[in-house]
Amino acid sequence: MSLQDYSVTRSSPAARIAALCALVGLALLIAAPWWAGRADLRLMGELFLYLSLASLWNLMAGYAGLVSVGQQAFVGFGGYMFFALTMFAVLHPLAAIALAGVLGALVSVPVAVLIFRLRGAYFAIGTWVIAEVFRLGFAQVSALGGGSGSSLPVAIVKSLASKRAMREALSYWLALGAAVLVITTIYLFLRSRKGLALTAIRDNELAAGSLGIDIWRTKFIVYVVTSAMTAMIGALIFLQKLRISPGAAFNVNDWTAFVIFIVVIGGIGTIEGPIIGTLLFFALRETLADLGTTYLIVLGAVAIVMMLKAPKGVWGLIRARFDLQLFPLGYRVVKRAEHKGQND
Amino acid sequence: MDWVNAIVQGTLLGGLYALFAAGLSLIFGVMRLVNIAHGDLIVLGAYLGLTVTAATGLHPLLALLLVVPTMAAIGYVLQRGLLNQTLGDDLLPPLLVTFGLSVILQNTLLEVYSADPQKISAGALETASVQLGGLSLGVLPLFTFGLAISVIWGLQWMFYRTAMGRAFRAVSDNQDIAQLMGLNRRHVFGLAMALALAVTAIAGILLGIRTSFDPAIGGGRLIFGFEAVIIGGLGNLWGTLAGGVILGVAQTVGAKIDPGWQILSGHLAFLLILAIRPNGLFPRISA
Repeated sequence: MSLQDYSVTRSSPAARIAALCALVGLALLIAAPWWAGRADLRLMGELFLYLSLASLWNLMAGYAGLVSVGQQAFVGFGGYMFFALTMFAVLHPLAAIALAGVLGALVSVPVAVLIFRLRGAYFAIGTWVIAEVFRLGFAQVSALGGGSGSSLPVAIVKSLASKRAMREALSYWLALGAAVLVITTIYLFLRSRKGLALTAIRDNELAAGSLGIDIWRTKFIVYVVTSAMTAMIGALIFLQKLRISPGAAFNVNDWTAFVIFIVVIGGIGTIEGPIIGTLLFFALRETLADLGTTYLIVLGAVAIVMMLKAPKGVWGLIRARFDLQLFPLGYRVVKRAEHKGQND
Repeated sequence: MDWVNAIVQGTLLGGLYALFAAGLSLIFGVMRLVNIAHGDLIVLGAYLGLTVTAATGLHPLLALLLVVPTMAAIGYVLQRGLLNQTLGDDLLPPLLVTFGLSVILQNTLLEVYSADPQKISAGALETASVQLGGLSLGVLPLFTFGLAISVIWGLQWMFYRTAMGRAFRAVSDNQDIAQLMGLNRRHVFGLAMALALAVTAIAGILLGIRTSFDPAIGGGRLIFGFEAVIIGGLGNLWGTLAGGVILGVAQTVGAKIDPGWQILSGHLAFLLILAIRPNGLFPRISA
C-alpha cells in the first residue's frame, strides 16, 4: 500500500450524475414558457428569485459568518434604483437591472465599513438599523411616491416586450437566469482561492486568521458581492411586481425572515441547502398559505425545531446518511480503481 | 424655548428607551445572548397589561403587580425550556431561535388581538402635566424617567450587593468555574431572563400608556433598545440610560426640524456615534 494507490479528487459519480440532471432540468426549465401555464410560470419565477436570495444569504451567513437580518435593505434599494433609473434616467429595463447591482455594490462599501465594527449578534441588529434607515430615507423621496410608493409606467413595461405573453416569458427567464448566475457565481467563488479562505473562516476563524488569511477583507468582499447581487434580485422582484412602496420594498418578513427559514430548514453552509429549502418552503406555502398567520407560526416553529434538533438542516441529514455532495467543493481521497483488488 | 422643550421632552423619552434597553443589556451581560424577540416581548407586556386592565378594571400601574410576575415566569420557562439549549460558542443557534420566536410571538399576538392599534387607558395620568420654568412637562414622561432611574439603580444594586447579583457576575465571568463552585448556570440564566422580562413588562405597560401599539411594532422597539445599549457602551447600565437619552433627544430634535425625520434622525445619531466611538460612549466590557 503506497501513496500512489490513492488519488485526490473533487468529483464523484454522484456529482457527475447531478450535473447531468441539472443540465437536463435547466433545459426543461428554459422551455417552461411553452409547457407551463401562466400561474405556474409566475410561481416558478418567484421561486427562482427566492432561491437566489437564499443562496446569497447562505453565502454570507453560512460561509462568512455574517448573520444579517437586514438584507431587505439591498432588495429594496435595488428595487427603488430600478424604478428611478427607468423612470428618470430613461434606461432600458435590462440596463437598469445591471446598474442597480453596481449601485448596490457602491452603497454597500460605506455600510460595511460602519457595521463591521459590530460583532456577532449586534452586527445582525446593526444591519436591521441600516435597512430601517434606507426605508425611512426612501419614504422621504417624493419623486418616488414618498411613503405610498409608485407604479412602473406602462411605457417602461412595454419597452421590455410589446406582447404580454412575451413579457411574462422574459420576466421568467430573467428570474431563472438570475438563479443560475447566483448559484454558478457562488460555486465558482467557493472553488477559488478566496473560496478556500472563506471555507477556512467558516470552520475556524481563529485558525484561519493565524494562517494568514485576511479575515476582514474576505468578509468585506463577500458582503459587497452579496449586496450587489441582492440589489439586482431586488430590481427583478419589483419588475415582476410593477409597484414599489417603502413598506413592501424593505419588508423584514418577506425578504429576510422567509429567506433565513429557507436556509435553516434546507441546510446552512452548503450550496444544496438553499435549493432544498426553497422547494420545501414553496411546497409548505402552497399547502398552508390559506391559514394566514398560523402558517407563519408553523414556519417559525419548524425553523426553531430544525435549529435545535438538526442544525445542518434537511441536506445535512441526507448528507450524513449517504455521504453525498452534489456540488463538488471538497477534496476527497479515493483508492485508484486498478489497485482495488491488491489492497484488500 | 422650543428647542429647550424638544431637548427636555427627548430626555424624558430616553427614560422609556432605557427601559427597553435594560433587559437587553442585562441578558447580554450575563449570558452573551442577544434576544431578537426582545421587542416582541415588550409588545407582549403591553398586551398583557391591556388584558388585565380590561378584565379587572385596575389602573395600569396596579396591573404591573400582576403583569411583572407573569412576564418573569414566562422568562424563566422560556430560558430553561428553550433558550438554554442554544447557548454555546456558536453564534447562529441563539440568533435564529430568537428570530423564530419573534415571528411566532408577533403572529400569535396578531391572531389573538388582531392588527388594530390598541392603547392602555390610564385616565388622568395620560394628560396631567406640571409647569416648570415655562415648560410644560407631562407627569407620565416624568414618572417614566424616574422609574427608569430607579430600575437601573435597582439592577445595579442587585448586581453588586446581593447573592443573586454575585451569581450573575460569576457565570458572566466564567461559566465553567461558576458551575464548579456550585452554581447551576441553567438556573442562573433562567433567573436572569426572568428579571429581564420583569423589566420588559414595565417597559411594555409604560409604552402602552404612552402611545398606541399593534403586534407589528416589536422590531422597532428592539432597535431602539439596541441603539441605546450600543450608544451607552456594552455592559454599562448607566451608560444605557445615557444612550436612551441621546436617542430620545436626537428623535425629538429631528422631529422639530421635520416631523418625517423623527425616527430617521435617531438612527443617524446612532450610526454617527458608531462611526466615531465604535465601543459606545462608556464601555465597560468588550464584546
